[in-house]
Amino acid sequence: MTEGLTKAAARNIFYGGSLFFFLVFAALTAHSHYYIVNTSTQPMSDNVRLGKHVWEEHNCINCHTILGEGSYFAPEVGNVWTRYGGHENPEGARMALAAWMRAQPTGAPNRRQMPYFEINDEEMEALVDFFEWTDAIDTQGWPPHPAG
Amino acid sequence: MKYETQKVALPFFMVAMALFALQIIFGLAAAAAYVWPHFMSEAMPFNITRTSHTNLLIVWLLIAFMGCTYYLMPEEAENEIYSPNLAYLQLAIFAIAGAGALIGYQFGIHEGRHYLEQPLWAKIFITVSFLMFLFNTSLTMLKGRRTAINTVLMLGLWLAAIFWLFAFYNPDNLALDKLWWWWIVHIWVEGVWELIMASLLGYLLIKMTGVDREVIEKWLYVIVGLALFSGLLGTGHHYYWIGTPGYWQPIGSIFSTLEVIPFFAMVVFAFYMFWKGSRNHPNKAAMLWTLGSAAVAFFGAGVWGFMHTLSWINYYTHGTQITAAHGHLAFYGAYVMLVMGVITYAMPQLRRVQPYNQVLNMWAFWIMTSAMWFMTFTLTFAGVVQTHLQRVLGMNFMQIQEQLELFYVMRFGTGIFVGIAALMFIYAVFGPAREQVPATSRPLTANE
Repeated sequence: MTEGLTKAAARNIFYGGSLFFFLVFAALTAHSHYYIVNTSTQPMSDNVRLGKHVWEEHNCINCHTILGEGSYFAPEVGNVWTRYGGHENPEGARMALAAWMRAQPTGAPNRRQMPYFEINDEEMEALVDFFEWTDAIDTQGWPPHPAG
Repeated sequence: MKYETQKVALPFFMVAMALFALQIIFGLAAAAAYVWPHFMSEAMPFNITRTSHTNLLIVWLLIAFMGCTYYLMPEEAENEIYSPNLAYLQLAIFAIAGAGALIGYQFGIHEGRHYLEQPLWAKIFITVSFLMFLFNTSLTMLKGRRTAINTVLMLGLWLAAIFWLFAFYNPDNLALDKLWWWWIVHIWVEGVWELIMASLLGYLLIKMTGVDREVIEKWLYVIVGLALFSGLLGTGHHYYWIGTPGYWQPIGSIFSTLEVIPFFAMVVFAFYMFWKGSRNHPNKAAMLWTLGSAAVAFFGAGVWGFMHTLSWINYYTHGTQITAAHGHLAFYGAYVMLVMGVITYAMPQLRRVQPYNQVLNMWAFWIMTSAMWFMTFTLTFAGVVQTHLQRVLGMNFMQIQEQLELFYVMRFGTGIFVGIAALMFIYAVFGPAREQVPATSRPLTANE
C-alpha cells in the first residue's frame, strides 16, 4: 500500500470511480437494449410471447439451458429449432418437437427422464414458435455446433 | 459482546444454518439424479430439486448477511440496534417467504426464471422484509458512529436491495429478459455482495488481528473500488452470446479479467494483516475460516472465473459443467466460508463463553473445504471433456453425458462429505460447549 494514499482519498476514488463505471455500464446496457429490440431479435408475435410463458410456467430452465444459460442437466434449446431441421422442414420439426415432449417420460433405462407436462395444442404451438424465434436471435455465431 | 442487542443475530444464524443443511440435502438429491437418472424423477423432477437447492443458498446467505450485520452494527456504531422486535419480525417475514416458496416449488408453484423462481407474493415479502432490515440497521448506524466498515456494508446491502427490484421486470423478449436479469444476478454476486464480503472481512480482521482500523479501512476502500471498477463492466462477460452487440466481447473479456484483482487483493489483505497483527486471538477456528475464505474466494471466484471468461474461450465453454464448477467454489469461498467465519467468531460472545469446540470446528473446515475442492475438480474435468466433445467435435449432448458418469459419481461422493462437515460445524457452534482450544491460545478479554 502506498503511503501517499490516505483513507479519505481512497474513499473518494471508490465513490467517484464506481459512479463513473456505473454510468458507462448503464449507457452501454441502454444501447444494448435498443440494439436487441431493433437489430438482433425478430418482432414478437403474440404466440411467441405465450410460448415464453409456457417455457417459464414449467420451469424448463432448471434442466435445460437457453442460449447457454440455465441448468446443465438437459440439452440446449436456444438452437433446438436448427437441430430438429426447422430451417429445412419447418412442419416436420414442429411435429417432431411436439411428439417428443408428449412422449415424456420415456422410461428408457439409465437415461435422464423429462417429466410429462400438461401442454395443450395451442400452448405447444406457441412454445415451438418461441423456440423458432429464439433460434433466430443474432448470437454472434454461438453455439459453435448444432449440438448446442 | 459489549451491546445487549447483538444477540438479535442468534436466531438469524440458526435459521441460516438450518437452511444450509436443507440446501445440501437438495444438492445431494440433484447430484443423485446425475448418477441414477431415474432417482425421484416422478416425485421430485430435477428442475424442482435444483430450484430448491439454489434458492435455499440465496435465502440462507441473505439471512446470514442480516445476522452478521445485526451482530457487528452495535459495535461499529457504538449504539444498540434500533428495534430488536422489528428484527425478529422481519426475520419471520423472510423465513415465511422462503419456506412458502420452497414448499410451493414441490407442487409446481413457481415463476420461470432461474434464481428468481419465487412466486410474486414471496418476492414482495422478501422486499418488505429487506426494507425493514435496512431501515432498522441504517437507523442504528445513523444515530451512532459511522465507520468505513459499516458504511461500506450498508452501501452493499442497500445496493443489493435496489438491484433486486429488477426481479419484478420480466420482458417478453428473451434477450431483453437476459440482459436485465444479469443486473440482479451478476451485479449481486460479482458486484455489491463483494462490498458486503469485504466489509465483513475487514471487521473480522480488525477484531482478530488488532491491526489499526485506519490501515484496514483504507484497504477496504481500495478493495471495494477495485471490485466495482472491474465488476460493473465485467457484467459484459454474460453479454457475449445472448443477442447483445459484439463490443461486449472485448469489454467483457478485459473487465472480467480485472475482476480477479480485488479477490487477489483480499488474499493479500487478509494474510498481511494476519502476520502484521500483534493480537494472538484465541478463536483460532474463526481466524481459519476468515483466511480460508479469502484464499478460496480467490481461487473459486478469481481463478476459476478467469478460466472461462475470455470471449474466445467462453465461446466453447459457455453453459457447460465448467460453469457449475466455478459457481460452486466461488459461492463457497466468497460467501459461505466468510459467513462461517463470522458465526464462529460471534457465537462464543453470543453464548458468553470462551471460544469452544474449536478442534471440531476446524475439522469441519478442512473436510468441507477439501470436499468442495474435490467437487470443483470433478466438475472441471467433466466440463473440459464436455467442452471438447460437444463444442469442438459436435457430439450429441445426451451421448456425452454418459461419458461423464465417473465424474458425477465422484461429485456425489464429495457432496456426502460436505454434508457430514456441515453437521459437524452446526454441532460445533450450536451444540454443548466444551473448552476445546489449541494449546497456544490464551483467554479472551472483554473487548474481543
